[in-house]
Amino acid sequence: MNAAAGPVERYLAEFARVKTTLAGAANPPLQQARKSALARFAKSGFPTRRDENWKYTDIRAIEKRTFKTAEPSHDGIARDRIDAVRFNALECHELVFINGHFSKALSRKPTLPKGVIVDTLASALEHRGGEHLEHLSQYANDGANSFAALNTAFMADGAYINLSANARVDHPIHLLFLSTEQDDALMNHPRNLVILGEQAELTVIESYIGLDGAKNFTNTVTEVALGRGAVIEHYKLQQEGFMSYHIGSLHIRQSRDSRVYSHSISLGGAIARNDIHTVLAEEGAEVILHGLYMASNRQHVDNHTRIDHMSPRTQSVELYKGVLDGHARGVFNGKVVVHEGAVKTDARQSNNNLLLSDTAEVDTKPELEIYADDVKCSHGATVGQLDKDALYYLRTRAIDEDAASSLLTYAFAGDVIHHIKFAPIRARLEQVVIRRLPNMDRIRDIL
Amino acid sequence: MLSIKNLHVKADNKTILRGINLEVKAGEVHAIMGPNASGKSTLAQVLAGRDSFEVTQGSVRYQGKDLISMAPEERAREGLFLAFQYPVEIPGVNNVYLLKAALNAIRKHRGQAELDAVEFLGVVKEKMSLLQINEDLLNRAVNEGFSGGEKKRNEIFQALVLEPKLAILDETDSGLDIDALKIVAEGVNSLRSDDRAILLVTHYQRLLNYVIPDYVHVLSDGQIVKSGDRDLSLELEKRGYDWVKQEVANA
Repeated sequence: MNAAAGPVERYLAEFARVKTTLAGAANPPLQQARKSALARFAKSGFPTRRDENWKYTDIRAIEKRTFKTAEPSHDGIARDRIDAVRFNALECHELVFINGHFSKALSRKPTLPKGVIVDTLASALEHRGGEHLEHLSQYANDGANSFAALNTAFMADGAYINLSANARVDHPIHLLFLSTEQDDALMNHPRNLVILGEQAELTVIESYIGLDGAKNFTNTVTEVALGRGAVIEHYKLQQEGFMSYHIGSLHIRQSRDSRVYSHSISLGGAIARNDIHTVLAEEGAEVILHGLYMASNRQHVDNHTRIDHMSPRTQSVELYKGVLDGHARGVFNGKVVVHEGAVKTDARQSNNNLLLSDTAEVDTKPELEIYADDVKCSHGATVGQLDKDALYYLRTRAIDEDAASSLLTYAFAGDVIHHIKFAPIRARLEQVVIRRLPNMDRIRDIL
Repeated sequence: MLSIKNLHVKADNKTILRGINLEVKAGEVHAIMGPNASGKSTLAQVLAGRDSFEVTQGSVRYQGKDLISMAPEERAREGLFLAFQYPVEIPGVNNVYLLKAALNAIRKHRGQAELDAVEFLGVVKEKMSLLQINEDLLNRAVNEGFSGGEKKRNEIFQALVLEPKLAILDETDSGLDIDALKIVAEGVNSLRSDDRAILLVTHYQRLLNYVIPDYVHVLSDGQIVKSGDRDLSLELEKRGYDWVKQEVANA
């Protein structure tokens, strides 16, 4: 890419360079879709802080840098580095991607029950047509989101998961996206598509992990379509390297009586932005969104959620917690729209933030738009510091000040993790959060 | 064990303690009594290391060391224990894990080996039954959702497990019904030993019916205005605090 050119021109040039290597290059409609997405991106450019959705998040650091499309990587990453972040002890499907490219050697794929497809997106784009791809780009509204448009243009790989009616996978499917340190700063645009038929059930984990000093840009999009009564448990663990950039969105459409349990844990990245948008399209659909974000030093973490209640008797419960230290900055924006006719909607939202330093900052904004009668909606946001009385009490019990602070921080954050029903994931995430705390060695025994 | 000389303490620019003198030796039980707002709880908190109080004059020596310069956790490791009047609820922190961590921090400080889970459970079992602490209470978050009586029993239970050299009990009898009071008193009595000192801070004499103090001091307006033995507490029970104040005023 020509570094002197403007940001949009650089992406156009990069697209021209790599377009023939992208999955489905021989598929004209797909190529056309990529090109029009790129045109939408070129037209809108990167969002600026004048954009209401990006008011508190300045992404010029991403915009001004030049990222190279990652090549399929063959250089060996030490197996123990990978083993440390996979779910080894757990019998599960594990698709491993290195800088956006699928690694068959590192992946595990046990036999699947009938009616279940677990494939890579690249393979689906190359080999599957028709009904398999008709859901692609239906839920991520990339006209309104230039990062999603960029993803559609450049999407190289990811997971394609399809469960037919009544199918269920007993083991979770773990999608592990590893970002490694290379000579060039790399970009990758993972794209996942998950389709659940009526009454189908699935647990899926998306992990984004940065190794070493990766300075990469990950721009990921996941689309989920749920049939009637389908249930998905979705986990996202964002642990990119501290010099990396992460922009990710999850888009869900929920049919009648479907249920979503979403847990989003965001810890890494210099700038991290996580969007979740779910549409409760039909009666009785339910969503639970739990989130935890922790940032320190000069990290910036932004969580945007939007829930559209389109139909009667739909329910949403949202709990996001943030822990901000150093000069870190957090953003939470939770929008709930209760559309006309969505009577008996029940929407509850809360966002609690813990500031561990005088220089940490958070902007929290609940947004509630209600166009229907007979609904129950509530929201609350708090920003606070560690409880001085609790800190003192712990110290009188021989716990030193630093350990007591960590302990109370964990108690605050752990609340979100404890809601996780699936024990192996809960245990893993507990460890991940504990390791993120200062003085973790001293508090491990108390937890 | 504890030597308080001419202790003056301020909080929010208001002088609360104005010249406390008190000597406590190992094996002794001292009761600090006094009307509301006399400075009793302030004294207890200052000894435990609460930083919202400022020592403006005087000194406190504990086992020969300057207590005031020590952090709360150092005091705890040196064997000082405060049973809180209002134990703090700490959601998300497990009661028994905290107690184990506290005990191990103290043992480590003393150069003793840390206890593993099994050994620790051996230590707590017997003390649990003495204070009627059940497994459920043990495994809940620290004080969270505990009744008033449960909180107080839990404080004394902690004292029994941590085996302090100096135990300061701040209004441990307040808010207890008679059955809970007896349980707590039994716990306090079992704390009594030749190498341990106990400071009972209390408004009423009723705990002293069960825990017989060696010395009784009356605190009024930030000073110890009268000291005596158990009979003094009985007299206070009969006559209230006003006659002591009167006596001071006349003197």
